[in-house]
Amino acid sequence: MLSHPALKAIRRELFASRTDGLISLGLLALIGASLLGLLRWAFLQAQWVVIQANSTLFAVGRYPLDQQWRLWLLVALLAMASGLSWGLLRAIPRADRSGVLWPLNDRIALALLAFLASWAPAALGLSVPLQARWWLITALLLAIRWSAGRWGRRLPPRLLKLVPLIWPLLYLLGMALISGGLGLVRVPPSEWGGLLLTVLMASFAILASFPLGVLMALGRRSELPLLRWGSVVYIEFVRGAPLITLLFLGQNILGFMLPGGLAPDRVWRAAWVLTFFCGAYVAEAVRAGLASVPAGQQEAARSLGLTVPQALQQVVLPQALRIALPATVGQFISLLQDTTLLSLIGLLELLGTARTVMANPDFLGLTAEVYLTLAVLFWCCCAALGLGSRALERRLDPTHSPA
Amino acid sequence: MDRRWPDLFTAVPLITPDAYPPMSEQKPPIPWWRDRRVIPWLVQGVVGLAMLVVIALLVGNLVRNLTAAGLLLSWRWLGQPASFDVAESLIPFDAAMPYWRALVVGLVNSLRAIVVGLVGATLLGTAVGMTAYSGNGLVRRLGRIYVEVIRNIPLLLQLLFWYFVVFLSFGNGTEALQIPGVVLAKSGLYLAWFAEGWSWQGPQLVNGIWQAPWRFSVEFAALLTGLITYTGAFVAEVVRGGIAAVPRGQWEAATSLGLHWSQSMRSVVLPQALPVIIPGLNSQYISLAKNSALAVAVGYADLYSVAETTLNQTGRALEVFLLLLGAYLVIDLLISAVMNGLNQLVQIRER
Repeated sequence: MLSHPALKAIRRELFASRTDGLISLGLLALIGASLLGLLRWAFLQAQWVVIQANSTLFAVGRYPLDQQWRLWLLVALLAMASGLSWGLLRAIPRADRSGVLWPLNDRIALALLAFLASWAPAALGLSVPLQARWWLITALLLAIRWSAGRWGRRLPPRLLKLVPLIWPLLYLLGMALISGGLGLVRVPPSEWGGLLLTVLMASFAILASFPLGVLMALGRRSELPLLRWGSVVYIEFVRGAPLITLLFLGQNILGFMLPGGLAPDRVWRAAWVLTFFCGAYVAEAVRAGLASVPAGQQEAARSLGLTVPQALQQVVLPQALRIALPATVGQFISLLQDTTLLSLIGLLELLGTARTVMANPDFLGLTAEVYLTLAVLFWCCCAALGLGSRALERRLDPTHSPA
Repeated sequence: MDRRWPDLFTAVPLITPDAYPPMSEQKPPIPWWRDRRVIPWLVQGVVGLAMLVVIALLVGNLVRNLTAAGLLLSWRWLGQPASFDVAESLIPFDAAMPYWRALVVGLVNSLRAIVVGLVGATLLGTAVGMTAYSGNGLVRRLGRIYVEVIRNIPLLLQLLFWYFVVFLSFGNGTEALQIPGVVLAKSGLYLAWFAEGWSWQGPQLVNGIWQAPWRFSVEFAALLTGLITYTGAFVAEVVRGGIAAVPRGQWEAATSLGLHWSQSMRSVVLPQALPVIIPGLNSQYISLAKNSALAVAVGYADLYSVAETTLNQTGRALEVFLLLLGAYLVIDLLISAVMNGLNQLVQIRER
């Protein structure tokens, strides 16, 4: 009767003994009831109009309406850059891949992107021209992905080496586009908000805290007492305090510590606090990585005639950073989550924007819809970062045998 | 070898002295900035100087600006009446009492949340961590889903969700959620406890107001639920890792001795996993203590929230910050000390 392998697996996993079977049945009933309740709430009771009516606010906050073309341009540029990098990544044959242009993961990503582009703008109730912009941007991404995958191999190798450089350039360009200046209307940071501010804060703190963390980790393992003690005091000071008290320091005391006029505005002060906060945790992750590289590596490098900085840069750090990668990305994920604390000091990032929306009398009492949407958004971002980290880890693993 | 033979018979040196260049030409003297004895001092001197300049600038500005604002370090304000009320307090407090008393009330509230949170997170985390080794596939997957969902959502968002969406959705009086022994109303969480003479006393509705031996504010309940479910997921990962470090043979040996799953887990595997688990728990406990400062978001009067009110009333930013920093540092050190002591206790003693 129970001959089908799936049935056998179910029996082994869920009904191995009588108690197991009872537990499984109880849990199944519980899961079914809660799923049913959730679905009924989501489709019948929830008033998603709070998200639809405020989607621009959630995305960019109070960014001036007549300047939003800059953000659209930036999104389009980002889509083009991702398409290019993605396509070239697949086009260039590597030892561990047989040069398949569209492996399974990419086909899934393609389907997901197409679904998102057609469903999300429509579900948000955007006007048709705005929906069309999203279709266009997605089409641009996929077209460049396709052509880069197809013809990327024919590009001269010298040009290919320059491609990763578009990302730092794009970051600087993006900052310039967002904040203005150089002929563009200036948009002060106090007018940035929503997802835009969250992403800006997180990306800035991640990019700036990484070198800081590596330096502090090296300092903590240095033989020079001044460097070592300086790093130890900094790391332990930051790790001993809750982030909210450090943000408190940034908002209430930092202004007194800098000469008048030099003090950055509230948004940048918070960004620097986040950077210094994350730097201490990255330092600990990197320190663990450095500690796990055998001392013989450094000695071997030195006896080959490399100087200390050379040995660090070419032998020790590449190994240490690879080992520290999961912990470091873990810190970046929690940094992304920690940006929500900015709402407690009055910045209008994603959560802060959400709280202003819920304070609006038109949308009173719709807390569940808003919080659940934010939770799903954060979950997807953090899970994606985690997946990316694991993929990178596999790619960098020297013992990894091609599948 | 045979090339060297002539050496034995001739006194002619194979390398003539003029093959050596004179000493002075062979190596230029090492410049002093590349001397290995100088470099460390040079580096430390430069870094030290930079640190000194930055610190001097920051502190100098701080002193100058605070003096100008009339807010230079002083602790006299701690004795002035606080003139604000704290929502809940384990020790007597009213608005006429001084600021230091208000801060102590906040500290006690923080400690209460931290201690209960630690216990709850440990219990929940251990249970969920053990599910990873359950024979039941459904239990295993549910444990995994719980951890993955909780870890990827910001704690602040979770706290706000628990408070505004879950705990504030219950009504008062007869509209409260009633389970035997527990009542969850908008006015608080009521629990049954032993009354005098070992009789069981549950929550009772008196004139439309719930009364019970144990009452917790909704804010406290929401904060604890959030902290426990969040930290529980991290503790579960620590416990799972600790159990994974126990050799598989221990499981097999325990099973072949005839122990059940729960018996072998309790008396064979967990005790051996503890030396791996406890250092991991230490850092999770410290982050729970620090995360308890997010209580301010749900309106629970913890140390940070009282400190913020104090700042708003007195403007004493620096002193309040130093107090906060000191308090959390002491809490962290206390947790670390206790956990290190525990770690010594559970180390496996090799004979």
